[in-house]
Amino acid sequence: MGIVTPGFFGKHREADPKLPPGQYETKDFPVLSAGPTPNIHDGEWAFSITTETGEVTRWSWDEFRALPVEDVHTDIHCVTRWSKFDTDWRGVSLDTLFEGIETSAGYTMAHSFGGYTTNVPLEDLLGGKAWVAFEYDGEPLDPEHGGPARLLVPHLYFWKSAKWVKGLSLHDSEELGFWEVNGYHAYGDPWKEERYYYDS
Amino acid sequence: MEWAVADVVGIREETPTARTLMLRIPGWKGALAGQHIDIRLTAPDGYQAARSYSLSSAAGDELAAVSVELMPDGEVSPYLVRGISVGDQLEVIGPLGGWFVWRPEQTEPVRLIGGGSGIAPLVSILRTHIRSGNTAPVKLLYSVRTPEYVYFSDELDALTAEAGAEVAIQYTRHAPPGWQGTIGRLDARRVTDWAEGDQNASTYICGPTRFVELASDALVAAGVDPATIRTERFGGA
Repeated sequence: MGIVTPGFFGKHREADPKLPPGQYETKDFPVLSAGPTPNIHDGEWAFSITTETGEVTRWSWDEFRALPVEDVHTDIHCVTRWSKFDTDWRGVSLDTLFEGIETSAGYTMAHSFGGYTTNVPLEDLLGGKAWVAFEYDGEPLDPEHGGPARLLVPHLYFWKSAKWVKGLSLHDSEELGFWEVNGYHAYGDPWKEERYYYDS
Repeated sequence: MEWAVADVVGIREETPTARTLMLRIPGWKGALAGQHIDIRLTAPDGYQAARSYSLSSAAGDELAAVSVELMPDGEVSPYLVRGISVGDQLEVIGPLGGWFVWRPEQTEPVRLIGGGSGIAPLVSILRTHIRSGNTAPVKLLYSVRTPEYVYFSDELDALTAEAGAEVAIQYTRHAPPGWQGTIGRLDARRVTDWAEGDQNASTYICGPTRFVELASDALVAAGVDPATIRTERFGGA
């Protein structure tokens, strides 16, 4: 516990077990991006997985949209301290995308239109834990929130859920992505408050 | 890096709804221009709330300065804008963030576009630019509701004169008496006209989401390389 701030009592007094430490609930949906929102034209979007041996599996938008979809109801947690409960998404499970992929790599790098990257261990993308989402709240994903499609990895801080995602590359050793080299934690577990690089 | 106990050593009323707090932070070694700190408040029963605030102080300043705008439904800002006094203490951690930053060794022209309280990190960049003696051209486009909502109003002229900066203010609701410029919301044309002519510039845009989207979309549509535009947004969409 820190120093008591005289006269401060706080507003959100209910200790919500859904709220990770240091977070507050918002009903809004804040937008955080490092640069301009990429304008991705119809037909331009495609998704690829590149293995550690350089083998590339690629889905066009139409091929991707023909894959089985899942509805995801989840809470999301941003490192800037807001959490949003009960969000609804639709997307393709990473388990589905990895069905035909041969790999022994332990690490992935997500790549986005616009150049953004973020690193996630492969095991954090598999086993029903991650999706490439293209709908939010029953509507096509808004460009500011990563449309046409973004990664959705709700058990990690939301900067790992790369907007405008266009592919994953697989790696035998961990490299750091965009925010991870700009001061943020390599892994980013909200429940352990792994916010910054020195929160190891 | 650990949470540190900072002393509030100065407070300046910035606008009717915002204040700048000057903080003395033990072990503070300065920051990069554009970085932020987190401020944490603790209630008597141990309940805590923390928020991020951009620094407006220059990179090497001994004191850290943040400007806090009152969010009517907020939890932390009402306390920082209405409740706190000089001599009080706050917990802080930082400096944080390595992307929305300007370094004195950068030599390209700098474009700063701020909306409302989004001016804070841009003032940090201006101050650092002056302090470092950097001679790269710098200019600022500042969108603000009315004259009374201009942050750093008493310093902005001197600051920009010293930086050799061009400043354009866009009043969105009403302007001071005798104002020759336009009044109204910033539009794409105004942004691109203002931005014209700086080859290879780096652009820093900070403000509410809609504002940042408009300004960055306008520049990209006008052919500016998106990789040269850094943004910091606040609020939802």
